[in-house]
Amino acid sequence: MKLPTLREVGTDAKLLLIGIPVFIWTMVPIYHMFVFAISPKEDAFSGKLWPDHPTLHNFSIVFNQQHYFLRDFWIQFWNSTVIAVAVGALTLFVATAAAFSISRLRVPGGRAVMNLALFTYFIPAAFLAVPMYRTMGNYGLLNTHLSLILAMVTIASPYAIWVLKQASDKLPVELDEAATMDGASTLQLFRLVYLPLMMPSLVAIGTYAILLAWNEYLYAFLLLSNDTDITLPVALGNFLSADDSPWELLMTTGFIYALPPAAIYYAFKRYMVGGLTAGAVKS
Amino acid sequence: MAITLTGPDAVPSPPLSARLTPPQVWGIVLLTPYLLVFLAFVLYPVCYGLWLARQPASYVALYNDPIFARAAVNTLIFLVIGINIKMLIALFLSGFFAQQRPWIRWLSVIFILPWAVPSIPTILSVRFMLNPEWGMVNQLIFKFTGDDGPNWLNDPAVALAMAIGVHIWKSLPFWTLILLTGRLAISHDLYEASDVDGANWWQKFRFITWPSMQTLYITCTLLSMIWTLGDFNSVYLLTGGGPADLTHVLSTLGIRYLRLDQLSLAMASIVCAMPFVLPLVYFMMKRLSR
Repeated sequence: MKLPTLREVGTDAKLLLIGIPVFIWTMVPIYHMFVFAISPKEDAFSGKLWPDHPTLHNFSIVFNQQHYFLRDFWIQFWNSTVIAVAVGALTLFVATAAAFSISRLRVPGGRAVMNLALFTYFIPAAFLAVPMYRTMGNYGLLNTHLSLILAMVTIASPYAIWVLKQASDKLPVELDEAATMDGASTLQLFRLVYLPLMMPSLVAIGTYAILLAWNEYLYAFLLLSNDTDITLPVALGNFLSADDSPWELLMTTGFIYALPPAAIYYAFKRYMVGGLTAGAVKS
Repeated sequence: MAITLTGPDAVPSPPLSARLTPPQVWGIVLLTPYLLVFLAFVLYPVCYGLWLARQPASYVALYNDPIFARAAVNTLIFLVIGINIKMLIALFLSGFFAQQRPWIRWLSVIFILPWAVPSIPTILSVRFMLNPEWGMVNQLIFKFTGDDGPNWLNDPAVALAMAIGVHIWKSLPFWTLILLTGRLAISHDLYEASDVDGANWWQKFRFITWPSMQTLYITCTLLSMIWTLGDFNSVYLLTGGGPADLTHVLSTLGIRYLRLDQLSLAMASIVCAMPFVLPLVYFMMKRLSR
């Protein structure tokens, strides 16, 4: 084996000099959350980098709902799940139909609709939240899960339509022509040709919408208020309302809440990176 | 669409349904769900909001509210300083992650974590870390120096800087990844040729990397600015706008007015941001709808 030259060692040392701070910077908030989650109450506030007696007791308190702040944990977990899945399904439906219509059927006015969707994509979500809140009140939907689902579909679908349209524009027109020659109706074309070919993009968009809805705080916090209606992030925010909040339990709940999206992200990373980064910024 | 039906000698057009081919009818049917969503939850709220913000009195009230001026300045600091620092770091790190080393591959998997996990628990984690009495940072400062650490979130300038830090922590991986994709698309031959010519790293960056990436970099910066205007969590969950409402940005200010039931003020503050937002949006739409 050839020994590395001094120059190569120097390059690696320089890279490490960047890599180690990057690693620490990335991990500090997450590690801090993890340490809190496995610390008993008395260790949590002593500023130790690793607790003297690590324990899973906090998790059992959360799972058994044994604290005032956690009495609706499971129903809130369920709310988050239902809303995320509903947003994923509805966004897929709305966006796939629209992308097929604009890109493959070339419906008149399709380009205008695409531009409207893009415009919506660029309205900062926190700005739309203010009028959206009042609108939901006017529709009589405040404090219902439907309001949050519809709001999140509104926010997720512009990007979804845009990415799906970019992906469908790449499919050759000859496919549609051949299928039509063989007597396929428009719906058959959609179901038998279009959907199977679009599968990777559909997985990416479904995942995107689910994660967006699961992670949403602002809209959930505005549109829902009953303890049994709210989603997990709103429940986490509510911990702050008291001065003597049990931080170790808050961090434990936060840790549990952060696990599913992280798992989904890494499981679908292949699709996410290909489907979304290509769409995010076209240079 | 060119046929107009006003002149007396205009050809009477067949009914709409006969003019459209079946695929076009399906096209309209399939486009309807999104149009309904758009009309009900974008167009109507926006028009309604603009209508609420119609009175000049709201703008006078905003002008007289010192919190609004402060929030506008904070937003500018957040966008101009925060985003540019973030994008420069992202540009730098994209070069780091472009290096071919097994451990850098592993690091890139970990590096993406802030983007993959929800922001609420991690922001709250930072908030607790910075607590002046029990937070880990000040406990460690006390342990090593014997002095009490600063009251991080009680000083508006430090608190805003921390909020920018949290924002950078959360979104840096995403932009690094995007810029990395741009960097990897540059042909390797160019770098090999420049090696032969004896170019140093700065010349390589200046004459190869930057020219191929500047469009992408500027697009990313503008896009990040637009999105950051809507970043409610970083400020709200870290500082809550405090101390004394001095760290608000426009997005948290709008929600603050909403919670105080001053809806016309909330909308007016958003309308005031539009002269800055709309040119950016117009520019981005031109770029993306090509």
